[in-house]
Amino acid sequence: MAAPSPARPGARDLAWAGDKLAQGVIFLGGISGILLVIGIFVFVSREGLGFVSNGLDLREFLTSPAWRPTSNHPTFGALALMAGTASVTGLAMLVSVPLSLGAAIFIGEFAKGRTRELLKVLIEMLAAIPSVVWGFIGLTMMNELIIDVFNVPVGLNVLNAGIILGLMAAPIMTTIAEDALKAVPDGYRQAAEAMGATRWQVIWRVVIPAAKNGLVAAVLLGVGRGFGETMAVLMASGHSINIPTSPFDSVRALTATIAAELGETAVGSEHYQALFFLGIFLFVVTFAINLTADLVVRGIKNG
Amino acid sequence: MVKLSVRDLRITYGEGPSEKVALSGVNLDIHEHEIFGIIGPANSGKTSFLRAINRMDEFTLGMDVRGSVKLDGTEVRDWANVYALRRRIGVVFPLPVGLPMSVYDNVALSPRLRGVRKRSVLDEKVEQCLTRAALWDEVKDRLGTLGSLLSGGQQQRLTIARALSQEPDLLLLDEFSIAVDPVTTMRIEDVLVDLKQDMTIVLVTNLVQQARRLADRTAFFLMGECVEIAETEELFTGEVKDPRTRDYVDGRFG
Repeated sequence: MAAPSPARPGARDLAWAGDKLAQGVIFLGGISGILLVIGIFVFVSREGLGFVSNGLDLREFLTSPAWRPTSNHPTFGALALMAGTASVTGLAMLVSVPLSLGAAIFIGEFAKGRTRELLKVLIEMLAAIPSVVWGFIGLTMMNELIIDVFNVPVGLNVLNAGIILGLMAAPIMTTIAEDALKAVPDGYRQAAEAMGATRWQVIWRVVIPAAKNGLVAAVLLGVGRGFGETMAVLMASGHSINIPTSPFDSVRALTATIAAELGETAVGSEHYQALFFLGIFLFVVTFAINLTADLVVRGIKNG
Repeated sequence: MVKLSVRDLRITYGEGPSEKVALSGVNLDIHEHEIFGIIGPANSGKTSFLRAINRMDEFTLGMDVRGSVKLDGTEVRDWANVYALRRRIGVVFPLPVGLPMSVYDNVALSPRLRGVRKRSVLDEKVEQCLTRAALWDEVKDRLGTLGSLLSGGQQQRLTIARALSQEPDLLLLDEFSIAVDPVTTMRIEDVLVDLKQDMTIVLVTNLVQQARRLADRTAFFLMGECVEIAETEELFTGEVKDPRTRDYVDGRFG
C-alpha cells in the first residue's frame, strides 16, 4: 500500500482543477454580458452605418414624416414613426404611472399579511404575460370597446396601444416602486406618526420624498419598456404612418416598423440598411433611458 | 397638578398562547413640570409604556393596551382624533431620526402639517426650536442640508427641535443618549432642564446616573413590573422599599 503522498508545493489536485474550472465558467458568464452588448452594437452599426455612408439625409430622417422605402423614389423620413412611438409611450405612461404608483403605495403602506402577499404574487404573474397576448387583447377586445364607446370607425389607434402598453408596463413598475418604498426605514414613518401626521401625510410628506429616486427609476424603466415594446404596439396601434393629432389616429411605432418590414427586404439593400439605422436610433435612446434610470438608482445609495 | 395618570396599565403583544406580557399592574401619576425618570434593564416595558401614552399601539400589529391612561384628566382612548393627541406629545426615539429632508424642513414639518404656510412664521419657529435644542449655532448657515447628513449628536438635537416644533405639553424621551456622544448628552440634558418650565418630561433612560442628574422622581421598571416609584434622591441614597431597586441602582445587575 502506497503511503499518501506528502503535499508538495505546486501540487495540483482535483479540488484545484475544479476551482479553476468554476472560476473560468463564472468569468465567461460574467463577461458574456459585456461581449453581447458590444457585439449587438457592432452588428447593428455595421448593417446600419451603410445607410449613413450611402448618403444618408439626416435632415430627412429626423424631420420628414414620409417613410416610403418601397416607392420608386424612396424616402426615409422617420418623424412619423418617432411621433407614433412617442405618443403611444406618452399615453402609456399616463396610464401606468398613477396605476403602478397607486398599487405600490397600497401594497407597501396599507395592505397587510395575506392580502399583501397575494397581491405581490398576482402582480408578478401579470408581469409575465407575453406581449403578444396583450396585443391580442388590444386587437380584439379593446378595438371593439373603443369603437363602441367613442363611436369611431377604427379602434386600433394611439388610445388602444397606449392603454395596452400602460397596462403591460404597470406590473414591473409596481414591483420596482414597491421595493423603493420598502427601502424607506420604518423609523421615518414612526417619527412622522409620533408627530401626529395622518397616514396620508406620512406617505406624502415623508415616505414618497424618501423613496423619490427609486420611484423615478421605476417610471424610467417603464418608459424604456414602452419605447422598446414591439408586438403589442404593432397589433394595437393600427400600424399606419401618421403624425397623430388625436388619440383616435392610428400610428406606427419605430419598433413595429422594423419587425414588420425587415423580413421583406433584400439583405444589404438601402431599405434594409435604413431599418438597421432605425435600430441604432432605438438602441441609443433606450440606452440613454436605462443609463438615466441607473444613475438615478445609484443616487439612492449615495444620497 | 397631575399631568398624566396611569391606572392598572397592562400591555401585551400577540394573542393566545404566543401572548407576551410587556407590562402589567402599573399605577403612577406624573406631575406637571416635572422630569419623571424611568429606569430599568432592557425588556422591562419602558418603551411600551411610552407607546401607550401617545397611542402608537394603534399602528403596531398585535399590541394591546388595557387600563387607564389619562392626560390632563381625559382618557387618551377617548380622543376622537388620535393625530391631535399625538401633536400635543413630543417623542424622541433612541436612534436619531433625521428625516430625509433639509434641516429647515425637518423642523418646519410639524407646523406645516398643522397648516402653517407663512414663511415668516415658519422661519421664526425653526430658529426658535433649533435654538432651544442647542443646535441653531451649528446649523444656521446650512439649513438647506439634508437632516440625515448631520452627525448623530446633531440629528438627535434636530429630533428634539422637531418635537419642540409641535409645541407639546408632554415630552417623551426614550433612551435618547444611546447613540450620542457624552458631550452632546450633557448639552441635551441642560436643554431638558430648561424645558421643564414649559412642559412635563418623561425620561426613559438606560443610564441610571442620567436619571439621578435630571429626574425629580424616578420609577424602576423590571420585567414588566413597576417595582418602585420614589423621589430620585431617595432612590439613590437608600430609602428604597425593594431590595431589587437597591441592586439595580448600585449596578449589581442590568
